[in-house]
Order: sequence, then structure tokens, then C-alpha cells
Amino acid sequence: MTPALDLVEIKKVAKRYGSERALAGVTLELRGGSMTALLGHNGAGKTTLLGVLSTLVRPSSGAIAYRAAGKDLSGDAVRRQIGMLAHASLCYGELSAIENLELFAGLYEIQVDIPALLDKVGLDKRARTREARTYSRGMVQRLALARALLTRPSLLLLDEPFTGLDRDGALALGQQLGEIKGQGTIVVVVTHDLEAIAGRADHVAILRRGSLVFEERGDAYSYEALKDVYHRHAN
Amino acid sequence: MALVRQAARIAWKDLRVELRSKEIITTMMFFGALLVVIYSFVFPNHNDKVMRWSVPGMLWVSIAFAGTIALGRAFDRERENDTMRALLLSPVPRLAVFLGKAVAMAVLILAVAVIVTPLLALFLDAPLFDHGGELALIIVLGAVGMAIVGSIFAATLLKVRSRDVLLPVILYPLLVPLFVAGTETTSALLKVPVDLETAWYWIRFLGIYDAAFLVLSMWVFESLVIE
Repeated sequence: MTPALDLVEIKKVAKRYGSERALAGVTLELRGGSMTALLGHNGAGKTTLLGVLSTLVRPSSGAIAYRAAGKDLSGDAVRRQIGMLAHASLCYGELSAIENLELFAGLYEIQVDIPALLDKVGLDKRARTREARTYSRGMVQRLALARALLTRPSLLLLDEPFTGLDRDGALALGQQLGEIKGQGTIVVVVTHDLEAIAGRADHVAILRRGSLVFEERGDAYSYEALKDVYHRHAN
Repeated sequence: MALVRQAARIAWKDLRVELRSKEIITTMMFFGALLVVIYSFVFPNHNDKVMRWSVPGMLWVSIAFAGTIALGRAFDRERENDTMRALLLSPVPRLAVFLGKAVAMAVLILAVAVIVTPLLALFLDAPLFDHGGELALIIVLGAVGMAIVGSIFAATLLKVRSRDVLLPVILYPLLVPLFVAGTETTSALLKVPVDLETAWYWIRFLGIYDAAFLVLSMWVFESLVIE
């Protein structure tokens, strides 16, 4: 079994798409048991940075070190530790929630209590055997979250996780992420919904035009503190 | 073993999704059958010589066109919910992802051939099954080759906006040797007397073509799908 990641070091990571600069030498440290709020306006480079962290976007320069118990991990061993919730669901619309999760559990070659996982994310019992393409936006988001949590990842990357959820759902997810962080997971959240992560994010990083313009660690940022930091540095 | 197991999982997933939607297979089969019907109107007199010259081309053109429909759509499906990213994010060897997709694609192309070949034999009175073993072998090799080359380029074009136009433009020139081998083998099998020596030459040629592209694809797949 691969040991859990406890430190991810992003070292001077830059990414260019042709002449377009998406990331410009970002250096950041992500620690186990912390929740990083990765903030910035649209086009700031947040999703690209998540892509690089997920190993699916190759940086133009710089590197990322994934460390577990003092050892560097790479390749499949790293991917085994990553859970990702992206803009899209990353699930097959023609398969039901249970079939999707069974497929991915098979690909990771792990045994998972799928009904318990679906209970945890709050996906309606009657919907679980229905094709996912019939789901509402909120249900798709819950399934996507279940897929991201399937492997009990030690690096959880979330791109706008509160999209499609109602207020109660968003706050419940925020609380759930707080619990996941408490288990030692490195949680990185890209969001504009500062209220949902208030009181849980303990590390704030703000990107502007691909550059890291602000980084700070604290206990747990309140909504007002997050809003203040965001407005002072993102613009 | 893990590689084969994971490739089989991905192939079965693709076929399961297709069995549920029946989107690709219905379109391919309808298109393939339609082509045969059109051919039967173009060559209505069942002239034996004309038939022996033209049926090999008809068979492989049908496979080529119907196969391209399948290739484009099968990879488009992975784009809809960004599921290709989910596959690449899993700790499955990238090679298993490629092989799984290619196997599922080959099965779909073979399904078209299973419909089109008897239809051609029936509508054009072509003795395609006189040497059924050799014909089946060249069709399987053709489907596998098309699936290998097609999967590589369909995956590469996944994020390109005009991929529907670009796929056949890029794919067909590379598939020319495959279609030449397919038509030459089929022609040799339809000759009177049958020319098995030529047929086996092209079957071996296509076997080497498939093996070469399989090795090349396994080598380049990862670098093509990572941004």
C-alpha cells in the first residue's frame, strides 16, 4: 500500500500554452491536514495549477515534489493518492452512480463500501441505480464528490466544488471538507464561495495572471477575513 | 496481467456504455447497410467480372467510413464529462487506457463488418464466403489496425475544436496501406482460380502493419494525451 502524502512542494512551476502564460513560477507548499483556499479571478491560473498538481498537465518549467513519510513519490503511486473534483463530473452519463463508482474502484483495484460512500455525499437512494445523465446538477456534483473521495485520497483537489449545490448542501460539503482535512488530507479548494470554506481554510493562496501574489497561513479564516484578503490581493 | 485486466475493464466499460446507448452501433450499421444498398443499385446486373473487381473496394470503403464514425464518437464521449481525465488520473498504466479503447473500437468495427459482408454477398451475389477463414482473418486484422491508428489520432484530437473534419484527413493517408492490403486480399480471394499466395502475402503485410503501429502507439500515447 502506498503511504499517504503529507507534503507537496510546488517549485517555480510555470506553464505556457503557446504564447499564453498560464502560470509564472509559482512556489507553494501544501501540508497534510491543511486546507488551502486557492483564490483568484477567472483566468488567474487556478485550474491550470490544479491540473499540474493532478499530474495531467505537464509544467513548462519547475517541478512538484510529492512527499510521503520523507520519501518522494511519482507516477502511479502519486495518482493513487489524488482525488479530484473538476468542472465536469468525470463520470459516465450512461452508467448509474453505483456502476460509475464500481468502475473506478476496479481501476484503482480497491474494495469500497459504495452505498456508505453515497450516503456520505448525500446522493438520493432512488437515484443510485439510474443513469447519471438523468441527474440534476446537484446530484451530479454529489456523484463527482463520491468519485473524488472513493480512494480516500491524501491529496484532494477541488475545482469549484460548491457549484450546483444549494446553500445547505454547500455548507454541508464545507463541513465535510473540514472533517476530511482533520484526517490529515491535503485539501486544495478553488472557489469563489468564500462562505462555504470560512472557518475551515487555514492557508490562503491568491493567483493573479498566473503569479502567486499572496500567501498566508492562519488558524482558520473567517468569511470576513477571506473576503478582505481576496479583495485586497486578487484585483 | 494487471495491464490486460485493466485494459479489459476499460474495453468492457466502452462496450457497456455503447450497449446502453446503441448510438454508435446503430449509426454505423445503418450507414454500412445503406452503402451496400447504394452499391447494389449502381451494379444491378450482377456482372461476374465487374462484381469480382468492385466488391473488395465496396467492402473496405464501407468499413472505412463506418469505422471513422465510430472512432470520432467513441472519443467524443470521453470528452463530454471529461472522463478521459478520470481514466488518466487513475493509477492504471496509460497503455491499458489505450489498449482498452482500441479493443472496444475494434469490436465495433468488426460488428459493422459482420453486417456489411453478408449483405454484400447477398445483394451483389459475391462469393465472399468461399474462403471465409482468410477473409475473416484479413477483416479482423483490418479492424484491429484501424482501431489502433484511429484511437491514437482520435485521442490526440480530443481537445481540438475541428476534430470531426481533421480526423479523417489525418487518418486516411495513414490507413492507405491497410486498405490496400484489405482490398488486395479480398480481390485475390475472389479471383477464379483463387490466388491464395497473394492473399497470404497481404495478410502477412497487414499483420506487420498492425504490429508496427501497435508498438508506435504504445510508445507515443502518453505524450499525446498529457497537456
